[in-house]
Amino acid sequence: MDLLNAIILLLNYTVIPALTYGSQLALGAIFVTLVYGILRFANFATGDMMSFGTMFAVLLTYYFQSLGISFGVLPTALLTIPFAIFMMILYMLTIDKFVFSYYRVKKSPPVQLAMVSVGVMFVTQAIIRIIIGPSDKRFLDGEKFILKATEFKEMTGLNEGLTIKSTQVITIFVTLIVVSIMFWFLNKTKTGTSMRAYSDNEDLALLSGIDPKKVVLITWVIAGVLATIGGILYGLDKSYRPFVYFNNMLPIFAAAIVGGIGNPYGAFFGGYVIAFAEIFLTYAYKRFFIYILPDSLEPNSMIQLLSTDYKFAISFSILVIVLLFRPSGIFEGKKI
Amino acid sequence: MRQYSNVITAYLIMTILIILVGVFQSWAIALTILNYCLISAVMTMGANIQWGYAGLINFGIMGYTALGGLAVVLVSVAPVGEAWKLGGLNMMICVGIIVGMIFLIRYVLKKIEKSKKRSYLIAAIIVIGLLLLRFISAPAIESIESVEPAKTGFLGGLGMPVLFSWIVGGFFAGGLAYIIGKIALGLRADYLAIATLLIAEIVVSIVKHEEWLARGVKNVIGLKRPAPYEIDLQTSPWFINLVEKFHSAKLELINSISERQDMLNQMVIDASSIYVKLCFSGLFLTVVIILLIITQKALYSPWGRKMRAIRDNEEAASAMGKNVVKEHLLIFILGSAVVGIAGAMMVTHDGLFTPGSYRPMRYTFVIWVMVIVGGTGNNFGAILGGFAVWFLWVQAAPIALFVINLLTSHLPETNEIKIHLINSAPYFRFLLVGIGLLLIMRYRPRGILPEKIIKQ
Repeated sequence: MDLLNAIILLLNYTVIPALTYGSQLALGAIFVTLVYGILRFANFATGDMMSFGTMFAVLLTYYFQSLGISFGVLPTALLTIPFAIFMMILYMLTIDKFVFSYYRVKKSPPVQLAMVSVGVMFVTQAIIRIIIGPSDKRFLDGEKFILKATEFKEMTGLNEGLTIKSTQVITIFVTLIVVSIMFWFLNKTKTGTSMRAYSDNEDLALLSGIDPKKVVLITWVIAGVLATIGGILYGLDKSYRPFVYFNNMLPIFAAAIVGGIGNPYGAFFGGYVIAFAEIFLTYAYKRFFIYILPDSLEPNSMIQLLSTDYKFAISFSILVIVLLFRPSGIFEGKKI
Repeated sequence: MRQYSNVITAYLIMTILIILVGVFQSWAIALTILNYCLISAVMTMGANIQWGYAGLINFGIMGYTALGGLAVVLVSVAPVGEAWKLGGLNMMICVGIIVGMIFLIRYVLKKIEKSKKRSYLIAAIIVIGLLLLRFISAPAIESIESVEPAKTGFLGGLGMPVLFSWIVGGFFAGGLAYIIGKIALGLRADYLAIATLLIAEIVVSIVKHEEWLARGVKNVIGLKRPAPYEIDLQTSPWFINLVEKFHSAKLELINSISERQDMLNQMVIDASSIYVKLCFSGLFLTVVIILLIITQKALYSPWGRKMRAIRDNEEAASAMGKNVVKEHLLIFILGSAVVGIAGAMMVTHDGLFTPGSYRPMRYTFVIWVMVIVGGTGNNFGAILGGFAVWFLWVQAAPIALFVINLLTSHLPETNEIKIHLINSAPYFRFLLVGIGLLLIMRYRPRGILPEKIIKQ
């Protein structure tokens, strides 16, 4: 019984939140990795692009709510996803046309493109703040919990409750769908294959008749889908605030590099690595040990490896360790 | 002279802009802008040493700035005796353990050949060391932080003159750069950018949350100043006489004695704050000029030529027998040290240390925009970039407000769009700086004042 309690405790406070957070990071990391692999630059506007897509979802949700449209028990924001994605792709293509394509055609070094993306980051951030403001926005509606702690306790008779929020299930579910469709697309369709060929060797790909414009277009479309959905899921689970999204760029980068940048599987995996590390290293295991150890050995302190203040620092430390020992990431990514 | 004409024009325009702010807004604002421009100029010079001379992209500027600020606290604040008594010994033991760990690891690395056993040994040293550190420091930290938590709650500093801390700040930042350089300098350019950005975040989060060190997010206020205090100036007779002499014509016009006294008092208060700011401007200008002379000399010395050779063609330089790795590390340390000095200058100017305010947007990306806009590889360009972008960053909101009012003047005051736009005027600074960066990168990729190679 104590063992069961301990397992439920860990599930409730670490495993499920980590899975959710990891899914959100994974979507962002795949976005970074795609842009890096195919368009060949580190996109410092990542966080703000995700924020841009989410902004539309927030505004549309408010608009739908004012019209009285709802999605039953599910959050209304899910209904707005297609529209938000559409606006996002439009924005990305506009930016690509007026900013990035010039440097791509000129074959500028990646550093220059990265600096340009810093400019895009500034502009995007300004547009977002001018349109929606910097404050916190909550746009979650519908049923909040699938399973409440008290219900679970009554059902099983355990001491520990298990809470499952609907956003957690939605996040994991939607991520799995999106990512499997994307991997299917990259591996099984002709366009996907051409994209991978372009990523591996641009010159050879061009020789074999792959249209670079089409590859770039499809990349931005996929990137738009990933960025918007990743952003909306994060916003539903926590809340929407432009500054937080900008900061999220950092663990997302860490996830992409840890998994091996340029490698979508690696990025997917890297997201979970970062999320699990962050949550497992900052969780206080006191109650867990109280359950599994005999009474005489009960711990006095919190048994917390690191204080939660260092949550972000953990993911960056993992990145540093990976860079030191496996510079191309856990899965083989691009050569550094 | 002709080759310097655009440099002179650019600087003249900048001076006129700052004078205009003085005339139209107030001289106190103009001087604050000037001081921050000078601080930004030091930061951009540091970044320019790395990016312009050697092509190293360093997004960790925030971390060095924070360390420079930390140096001010650790050097100039008076030591907190009680905290030292309670936890000083334990903290010193911890420092000893860290040094011991480093030497032990170095010893293992040198004596044992590369193998699985060695990796396990090093891992064991680190884990045991960390556990020991935690065990020893935890009670000490608790007792240190409980000493008058509202006022102190930290170990305090050394109580030395604040100007000394600028040099220490440079050393702190240089030391951090040595560690980062050892870890990350082998990486390709954009990886280096990401790695430095993330490491700087780690540094800032340590400064933020280790409250025994410098109070963390509780901030340290009332730091020492290398300039006189306004309140002392307002009571010293020589200063009042000076102000009276300066404004004698204006004061003559007023007949009533009490009114004249009130007027004089107000003038003394205004003048004291301007006097203090001028003192800072003088100090900062000295630093900028000294750095400018050193960097110019370095740029056109054989060493500078070597750095440019490495930047432009690493393989060729390495084939000529130049030690690329060593030179990269050296220049990484030098540039970061300059940024550290700037960080210390900034905290000294503000008189307070607020770790919570170190954010990558303001302390990394804006500085980089300055470097790119000003002109990479050109010290005059870097300084100009610092001035121009900081000016834009500060004045963007008033400019935006003016434009919004002009464009929406036909709308009634209650119009929602107008209110919304006016409320979001502060965010137009991001827009202006971003568009400025994009335009410069597109149409003048080498900056306003591009690098000049003088044939020697």
